[in-house]
Amino acid sequence: MSLLDISMYKDDPGFDVSELMEKPYDPEFADKNYNPDKPMENRITDIGPPHYAQFFPEVIKKNYGEWKSHEFIQPGVIKYTSESGDVCYVVRCGLPRILTTNLMREICDIADKYSGGIARWTTRNNVEFHVTDEGTLRELIDFLKNFKHPGGSYKLPIGGTGACISNIVHTQGWIHCHTPATDASGLVKSTADEIFEYFGSHKLPAKLRISMACCLNMCGAVHCSDIAMLGVHRKPPFVEDERIGKVCEIPLVVAACPLGAIKPATVEINGQKYKTVRMNWDRCMFCGNCYTMCQAVPLADAEGDGVAILVGGKISNRITTPKFSKLIVPYIPNEPPRWPSVTKVVKRIVEAYAKDAHKYERLGDWAARIGWERFYEKCDIPFSEKSIDDYRLAYDTYHTTTQFKWSTHTDNL
Amino acid sequence: MADLKKHDTPMVDELKKGPWSSFADDLQTRGDSGSQACLDLLGQLELSYKDKETHWKHGGIVGVFGYGGGVIGRYSDQPDKFPAIAAFHTLRINQPASKFYSTKFLRKLCDMWDHRGSGVFNFHGSTGDTVMIGTTTEQLEPIFFDLTHQFDMDLGGSGSNLRTPSCCIGRARCEFSCLDTQAICYDLTMTYQDELHRPAFPYKYKFKISGCPNDCVAAIARSCCAIIGTWRDEIRIDQKAVQAYVNGELKPNAGAFSDRDWGPFDIQKEVIDLCPSKCMYWDGKELKIDNRECTRCMHCINVMPEALRPGLDVGATILSGAKAPILEGAQMSTLIIPFMRMEYPYDEIKELTDLIWDWWMEEGRNRERLGELIQRKGLPTYLRIIKRKPIPQMVKEPRSNPYVFWKEEEVPGGWTRSLEEFRKKHLA
Repeated sequence: MSLLDISMYKDDPGFDVSELMEKPYDPEFADKNYNPDKPMENRITDIGPPHYAQFFPEVIKKNYGEWKSHEFIQPGVIKYTSESGDVCYVVRCGLPRILTTNLMREICDIADKYSGGIARWTTRNNVEFHVTDEGTLRELIDFLKNFKHPGGSYKLPIGGTGACISNIVHTQGWIHCHTPATDASGLVKSTADEIFEYFGSHKLPAKLRISMACCLNMCGAVHCSDIAMLGVHRKPPFVEDERIGKVCEIPLVVAACPLGAIKPATVEINGQKYKTVRMNWDRCMFCGNCYTMCQAVPLADAEGDGVAILVGGKISNRITTPKFSKLIVPYIPNEPPRWPSVTKVVKRIVEAYAKDAHKYERLGDWAARIGWERFYEKCDIPFSEKSIDDYRLAYDTYHTTTQFKWSTHTDNL
Repeated sequence: MADLKKHDTPMVDELKKGPWSSFADDLQTRGDSGSQACLDLLGQLELSYKDKETHWKHGGIVGVFGYGGGVIGRYSDQPDKFPAIAAFHTLRINQPASKFYSTKFLRKLCDMWDHRGSGVFNFHGSTGDTVMIGTTTEQLEPIFFDLTHQFDMDLGGSGSNLRTPSCCIGRARCEFSCLDTQAICYDLTMTYQDELHRPAFPYKYKFKISGCPNDCVAAIARSCCAIIGTWRDEIRIDQKAVQAYVNGELKPNAGAFSDRDWGPFDIQKEVIDLCPSKCMYWDGKELKIDNRECTRCMHCINVMPEALRPGLDVGATILSGAKAPILEGAQMSTLIIPFMRMEYPYDEIKELTDLIWDWWMEEGRNRERLGELIQRKGLPTYLRIIKRKPIPQMVKEPRSNPYVFWKEEEVPGGWTRSLEEFRKKHLA
């Protein structure tokens, strides 16, 4: 019996939008009915999202909370079985997070033809199609295998299940953000091409999650990923003395610096005095928080900016507790459009892990087991002082034992 | 279409090659079919590839009347070269919980977005919103009017307010889910519409709901309030199915390792020995679990889903205060409530939320996340605020320094003493 209990929400505005959806979009509706002089007239606010259950496929409504088991019948295809005996197949496909109405309409065409007019997105920006019979499933898979962009890439590659590298979650980068130290979409596309074989297969020791954030703000929260690519700045901000007082609150800029490197100042330019700030560059850790607070201290720079690689984080509580990612490579220059140096390092880490880790062992658990000295050795990545923490709680990461392993780092001592 | 102005984009064109779905090809196709915005977007991206710097200006405060979030202003710093994206604002739209959509809904949304914006989406933003990128300031009110009247949709969160809550697939498809994640997500979202739309907090606040400790929505790493499903009774065991795994009739981990020969399934090595609390025992015939010692890590259940299932006495573990590194360093959520029943109308989590918000809004500094405030004030203070008794589950280990902040009332006689009396006994 379905556990879907939604009766308490039936009076909510978005509970059932089916009638609205029967009406085509009216491009003139707002122009006719919205009066800018009286914005509150006919205004609807605080209605929240459409209710989720109306978009469920029938098989999900019927078996909500009654699912008994699941099986990856092939990479990217999951079979769910209910206590009722009902079966639902899900085909999972990779997709760039950024997509246009063109591709969206094509996704709708596919969903109309194969999956009852419903599509679903995962937390990692994959799109999923639900089907209930094996014949349709095979037709859908065959269709997707030949569904390509003009340049030859798969529009909707199948995969993202089991011991794989699922879709790389990422931020906006140069395509739509004002603070990035690198691009997101291009770097992610380049990396996804490089490790493509692992998206649609089940051959890794465990799942491996790659995430990408284009600055330290991490709107993509990459700090607990198996492999994180992170845009970093390396030059302190400019200070636009003649502009800062007009466009920013000086005390907020001063307060924005976590290391107290910014002080208020007054300067004279061409006989005119300006309230501004001065920065102690020796203290700057290039977090960019001052720029987030104030547009007159820009810090983007072609030579300064690039990508750091962090590894060994995880979210899941499985076997070991959740972990932060650790900074392994402090800086790789930006090399658009393909970022070959970044993708090379990522691939090397993936391959060393794939070869060496035990079954069920996440990347960070593997590194912890073999020891970080061995991790650097096996991945052929040089260790630098930049990987030794000197920020808050740094001491927690220092080794306070005589237990360590001999490695290339100690061979020539 | 003759009016379309294409830019020379040799570097961006490189990204049309390779097997992974190409965003560049998608934008190009949309541009060629009539969207100057998509062509200008590719043009500006090419310029960024050449300059290795972004060409979006900082900020620009825009929004819709009566709301303080949901719209993020964005302007090109090369508007003369790329006039179709001179203003290119983002709208965050509150997604339906767990992100199912009907094609009728999506097609209509496409029609609206082609009419009033660039035709470029993010499915989805990192927090979970349905994101539309690229429109002008004049279009914002009409878009909001369209969304609320023609879609029954509303804006999501941005700025110092409640961000759009999000959840995993939950009971819609997953047999592990100990929570009705969609219902909790939807209910909290509807309850806190005011907090979501009108910034009144020191900084952002996030709810995320995962149905089990696998935590598919990454609640523990990125939410101020992580609601993660768990159970208090025993893992349900189907001994016959355990035997079927042992005999190789069922694929371990539901077939997640199918493309590599890991040898025959070894329950001792792959399940029993990997159990973090070593609470399981296999005698060749029967699997035994000492449930009192189990930490519910999900490993055994993940490996043998046909044989093992979470218990039936279900609820949520509540953790507080995760955030990304800016500013004080990354934090994961801290366990504050081991078990909370999660049943409609979810009064207990709402009462807890009131206590947290009152304190954070009173004590929190500008742009201080809850996790940072807890760190600044200490977990014992936080526990007093949320009226919870300290228990060992809240710490990895007891403190190793002796610097206890004793309170006066805890010490017999208080802190005020007679120096005179003291000196009578102890010569200076």
